[in-house]
Amino acid sequence: MKISRLLKTIFLLEFVSGLLIATREIFRPKKTINYPYEKGSLSPRFRGEHALRRYPSGEERCIACKLCEAVCPAQAITIESTEREDGSRKTTRYDIDMLKCIYCGLCQESCPVEAIVQGPNFEFSTETREELYYNKEKLMDNGDRWEDVLAKNIRLDKPYR
Amino acid sequence: MEYLNILLNELYKIMFVVVPVLVSVALIVWVDRRIWGAVQKRKGPNVVGPFGILQTVADALKYILKEIIIPASSNKVIFVLAPVVTMTLALVAWAVIPFDNELVLADINVGILYLFAVSSLGVYGIIMGGWASNSKYPFLGAIRSAAQMVSYEVSIGIIIINVLLCVGSLNLKDIVNAQQNLWFVVPLFPMFIVFLISALAETNRPPFDLPEAEAELVSGYQTEYSGMMYAMFWLGEYANILLMCALGAILFLGGWLPLLDVFPFNLLPAPLWMILKILFLFFLFALVKAIVPRYRYDQLMRLGWKILLPFSLFYVVLTASFLFYFDKLPVKVF
Repeated sequence: MKISRLLKTIFLLEFVSGLLIATREIFRPKKTINYPYEKGSLSPRFRGEHALRRYPSGEERCIACKLCEAVCPAQAITIESTEREDGSRKTTRYDIDMLKCIYCGLCQESCPVEAIVQGPNFEFSTETREELYYNKEKLMDNGDRWEDVLAKNIRLDKPYR
Repeated sequence: MEYLNILLNELYKIMFVVVPVLVSVALIVWVDRRIWGAVQKRKGPNVVGPFGILQTVADALKYILKEIIIPASSNKVIFVLAPVVTMTLALVAWAVIPFDNELVLADINVGILYLFAVSSLGVYGIIMGGWASNSKYPFLGAIRSAAQMVSYEVSIGIIIINVLLCVGSLNLKDIVNAQQNLWFVVPLFPMFIVFLISALAETNRPPFDLPEAEAELVSGYQTEYSGMMYAMFWLGEYANILLMCALGAILFLGGWLPLLDVFPFNLLPAPLWMILKILFLFFLFALVKAIVPRYRYDQLMRLGWKILLPFSLFYVVLTASFLFYFDKLPVKVF
């Protein structure tokens, strides 16, 4: 054993410097946040709770092309559709089983009209499984509630798509 | 009737020691977790009460409400007795700790021996718990713990001899009063460091927390315990840590004596000085917990028997010969 190392061991030099570093770190800013009261920042690309969007006119965007249903790797999406009186094809049923969903974002990427999107909301835990079987009503409602943020996030993320 | 009066009077005095100790144990657990968090740049518990100060109370309430599970194959009497023994021994030792010249519950003239005896018995709580659980992890943890505490008890004993050589009395008040001019931390500084290390080992704190090594032994002798019984182990452990801090303050940091006996320092009441010193030592303990990894079992034993013990023995000889040569022995033998 080298003399310098021996001296270091005897005088606990490394231990003392560790104590000093620890004391210094106490006064540094914290890396954690008070979660329910403070929240971390989210990327515009964040893939949270799903929503079905509308055009500014109020017409629903979804054209029932079923691309999302086809691409969904977890097969969480179920769509049924009919022809409306004006000849356009619309969904009669748009269900997402949020328990099956793996939040991969492929539905949003496959959608040609930006109807189905994943918003920034990640706090939608429930007490029963049934509440997580989302239907069209719930998804449209989400879309109406989050439209401002959703539109902004899509605009911010556009250049990178 | 007269006996009853004496008994009640004593109980009244005991309450004045036990209740503050229990409250400060609750606070110290919170302080420990806050410091631990702060070193790791976390916030630590900060929700219950102002700054999270009531966190331990909330934890204790949770433990009280939980079911106590006694394993079917355990030795039930000893299993239930073990946390009681740990807790009682941790509290009973506080009887002789002086906070002032008058402020001491039992001013016995073998105070340090009493403390030493009680803290040696502390290993029984752990051994009983580990044995009575009748399960492999608690048993292994208890065996490790017994070996560890016995080993480091020896070096603590020798360190105490160093101090006693300078004092010439086993009374804790005399030990503190002998430090009027110079705290023992100055002439016996290496012994102070060895004492801190041994105290860490004695109270199963990191880096010597082998009995509870959660990665290997789940949580050692506490594995089979639940509810209030677990909480009692846990309170006893922290009461022991505080006790070791108090012992360190008395032996080396001059107990209730102020830093300097001059104007701004001697304004603070004496017990407050004692508490400040205990807190300082506890702060060191908490910092150490946050920065060190765990020792391996053979390293632990090597450190105890091959390094700390010979070193403190050597220092006993050094102190004794110094005192003898310069004719400074407190008790004249020859």
